[in-house]
Amino acid sequence: MNAVWSYLVAIAVWPGLLFAAPLGWLELWFMRKLVARLQGRQGPPFFQPFFDVMKLLGKETVIPRGVSRGIFLALPLVSVAAVTAALAIVPLPGNPVPSLPGDVVLLLYLMEVPVLCEVLAGYVSRSIYGQVAAMREAILSLAYNLPFLVAIIAMAQMAGSFQMRALQEVPYGLVHLLAAVTFLLALPARMKLNPFSIANAEHEIIADSHIEYSGPPLALFKLSHAIEVVLLTELFAVVFIPATPWPLVNLVVYLVAGILVLGGVTLLATTTARLRLTQAFRFYWVWGGLASAITMAATLVR
Amino acid sequence: MNLIERVIAISRRRSPWICRLNAGSCNGCDIEITPLLSPRYDAEQLGIELHGTPKHADIVLISGTLTLRSREAILDIYAQVPNPKAVVALGSCPSSGNVFAGSPLVLSCSLDTVVPVDVWVPGCPPRPQAILDGIARAAKLLEDGATKSQLAKSRLARSQPESRCGRLS
Ligand code: SF4
Repeated sequence: MNAVWSYLVAIAVWPGLLFAAPLGWLELWFMRKLVARLQGRQGPPFFQPFFDVMKLLGKETVIPRGVSRGIFLALPLVSVAAVTAALAIVPLPGNPVPSLPGDVVLLLYLMEVPVLCEVLAGYVSRSIYGQVAAMREAILSLAYNLPFLVAIIAMAQMAGSFQMRALQEVPYGLVHLLAAVTFLLALPARMKLNPFSIANAEHEIIADSHIEYSGPPLALFKLSHAIEVVLLTELFAVVFIPATPWPLVNLVVYLVAGILVLGGVTLLATTTARLRLTQAFRFYWVWGGLASAITMAATLVR
Repeated sequence: MNLIERVIAISRRRSPWICRLNAGSCNGCDIEITPLLSPRYDAEQLGIELHGTPKHADIVLISGTLTLRSREAILDIYAQVPNPKAVVALGSCPSSGNVFAGSPLVLSCSLDTVVPVDVWVPGCPPRPQAILDGIARAAKLLEDGATKSQLAKSRLARSQPESRCGRLS
């Protein structure tokens, strides 16, 4: 199989769209069901996220007056493409893409693209609520990216290389634990869950920055979010869970670890209330900064 | 109807997103919507989600008496809801004006003369079960392609009645 084909397979089939979309829907359903059960409700049926996306695909798109049509429609596409490409880089067992030197940098960059798309979507929509959401998202990303990036960079420092496969092969140690905690600190904000659901605070600013989106573009944003959830959980599993020599066992372990992490952040989300932007920012720069400093110090000590 | 159209039609019934529109309600009807999201009625089982913006909605719940000022707002917000869409009128107010009929600033006419209404949920206020039932019926209409706006689009229905309810003399 030559390189082009392996990239195409990785992006379209495994671990890309064809696999990630159903898994993302499963994980979203799991989160919604868990929230409902914790609140004493029955919760949505199993296929709910799938129905939501299919229904949106069958709806009309309303483009607000005065909005540039091209960028309005391009943003969701770019967002989905970026997360799918990012997922294709993650060395899940059986991923056909060859490991490149420096693919960690590419991965981190691609993971920022959906955030950028959300911010732009808010500003492009010309809705005042969308703009507030975009501003909140942009500021929050300055906060949660500190622990998030440090967790990955600390692992790269341990491996002595910015290559995903090398990150996986770092002998297990204290830095793994510290970096995992730092990563988990950033996770709720990255997933826009309580107490950091500031950019999508539906009680304050009606909706997130997709407020003016409808129909298929909104469906693409939902799909992008679903894949992003898969990406974040699987990235956590691949980097911080020790790998066994058997690929199939690894796969099962990664999927289970992803579900467990999701269960944890959902539990946190249901038991907390939303913070203010300043509080969240301070939290990440004080406690996230402290965790980052300790993690980096541990990589130097060895 | 091919497979994808069928799946989309089923999804319309299984995922009705609602948006509230208070056209001058006493708030009684709106208060009765909130229990739908509580553990007792748990509308999420039917896939119902409450959204704040009409752009995300499939079903608009319109409650309250129509007033001179809310008429434009109803037309505006109705136009912002992407097709296919359904309208559920909550309570006795939208149909007749209820106890407010005849007041100087109240349009004493039915909501049907402003926007096409698919389901009427009577009561003052209606019970949450009745609202849930109304939403479920509207979602079924969306699946069958039988809401008034869908029918008008497919030219099966006769031409829509013009919004002829204006200012009362
Ligand atoms: S129907 Fe009754 S409860 Fe509902 S808005 Fe009218 S007066 Fe209020």
